[in-house]
Amino acid sequence: MLRIDLDILQQWIPMGGRVLDLGCGDGTLMCSLADNRQVTGYGLEIDPEQITTCISRGVNVIETDLNQGLDNFQNDSFDTVIMTYSLQVMRRPDQVIDEMLRVGKECIVTFPNFGNIRTRSYLMLRGRMPVTKQLSHQWYDTPNIHFCTVHDFDSLCAEKAIRILHREVVTQRFPDKQLKGLLPNLFGETAIYHLAK
Amino acid sequence: MPEVFPADSVGLVSPQHFTFDAPLELSCGRSLQSYELVVETYGELNADKSNGVLICHALSGHHHAAGYHSSADTKPGWWDAYIGPGKPIDTRHFFIVSLNNIGGCHGSTGPRSINPETEQVWGKDFPPLRVRDWVTSQAKLADRLGIEQWAAIVGGSLGGMTAMRWALEYPERLRHCVVIASAADLTAQNIAFNELARRAIRSDAEFHDGDYLEHDTIPRSGLALARMIGHVTYLSDALMEERFGRELRSGTFQRGLDAPIEFQVESYLRHQGDRFAHNFDANTYLLMTKILDYFDLARDYGGNPAEAFSHALCKFLVVSFSSDWRFAPARSREIVKALVAADKDVAYAEIQSDMGHDAFLLPNARYESVFRAYMSRIARDAGTLQTAEEKEGTR
Repeated sequence: MLRIDLDILQQWIPMGGRVLDLGCGDGTLMCSLADNRQVTGYGLEIDPEQITTCISRGVNVIETDLNQGLDNFQNDSFDTVIMTYSLQVMRRPDQVIDEMLRVGKECIVTFPNFGNIRTRSYLMLRGRMPVTKQLSHQWYDTPNIHFCTVHDFDSLCAEKAIRILHREVVTQRFPDKQLKGLLPNLFGETAIYHLAK
Repeated sequence: MPEVFPADSVGLVSPQHFTFDAPLELSCGRSLQSYELVVETYGELNADKSNGVLICHALSGHHHAAGYHSSADTKPGWWDAYIGPGKPIDTRHFFIVSLNNIGGCHGSTGPRSINPETEQVWGKDFPPLRVRDWVTSQAKLADRLGIEQWAAIVGGSLGGMTAMRWALEYPERLRHCVVIASAADLTAQNIAFNELARRAIRSDAEFHDGDYLEHDTIPRSGLALARMIGHVTYLSDALMEERFGRELRSGTFQRGLDAPIEFQVESYLRHQGDRFAHNFDANTYLLMTKILDYFDLARDYGGNPAEAFSHALCKFLVVSFSSDWRFAPARSREIVKALVAADKDVAYAEIQSDMGHDAFLLPNARYESVFRAYMSRIARDAGTLQTAEEKEGTR
């Protein structure tokens, strides 16, 4: 089964579209999009083992250090540029978003919402950096160097005059599922944004 | 008879000679009235002839890519690390064809062959060639073998250029193009190194303006020097430091002693150069370095590599090596960029290696797994994987 954010974002991908998946991992999303939405395109990845898995699966994977920008790609050359659960590991997430919107007509970003009640209460009650099932690293060895909340991301979009076409937050928990509609920044675990210039 | 070869070796192989009597029209306007290709094949061609893999050799390569010619051979073919049963280019699934290109000096028609018109050795009068002439001659070989479409054409360095040219010249005749440690054209620095090598050969008094065979001699020292220059550029600084450092082969720096000093790296280079001078033809070296220099994938397409690749129909794998400064990763990324702009299927991997340009010939765990993953995918798509496994099942 697909991770929930990967499942939800598919509805925003045009049928037969040209897609770029930044940090495509083992190619799961690209394969699923090829099957369900008949998309073409490329996945970018830096991890050697993930790249080999992509190649075995026939995914067009291009070894890329995303911190170096997307020089290989022309303006507006993709219908949708996607980045799922990788924004927080980028050196400059704001510049990555700029690049995504340069290369793609639209883009989709998903990230762990650090404003979630569980991370908030972990820090408040224990006085330590949150370690949860989703964010399982210690502060010193985490690849996640730029956490943000739903509110933070909203204000970044406002600053950059980025249009938010859709925004969803998801959680696997009960009763958070019922409450997330009311207070997304408090009860959403994962934020999913559909953006355009 | 042969001793036991390694289990993942193709074992004993022998070259075959193919003669072509129809004239081969060359890019330079001249033609070869007839020509011969020396070829090795590994594995078996399947019933529908869909599992052919063509190996394109690099500057000083030849047909002997895998296996051994005799039990006395100390070394196998030049790409034995990657061709064989269970290796990335798996002889259980593919029928692999490796040839010496025309212009070569290992058995195919080249400067050491007899010009039928003059009945003399061609020597320096052998027609200048382009990569596309190799592609044309390889296509005639495919016709002869009954291979309408290659499962893949694979090459490193100049061989990668040849594979890319195939994709543009005969787009419907290959399903996959594997381009390793290559570039869409040479940089000025690269051409400069080739010119140094050519100058070294021409400066040798024994070269006799290319007519050395008529003078019953060989420009040995020029060839050796050419190879030494080339060889340094195929290695990385880090590798040379690790392998040789400042180790002395002979002599000492001790005070009071003046025994001649030789560094290990000097001795190594001399050995490489001498061995090459013994095995290679000077006119072929001049010819082949020119083929490299003149190659420009996009020249006929308005200088736009994306426009060039828009004519391709196959899928691509592009591989580069971190310490390769003669065909640097940036050059491979240019190829990938053009393929993406042309909306072609491409996978790209940049392999960490200290081995410089030579890395494409040498064992490397990650390179091997990327290569294997891609080739297995081809075999699966072609259905040859199942066929081979079924075959084993019935044995």
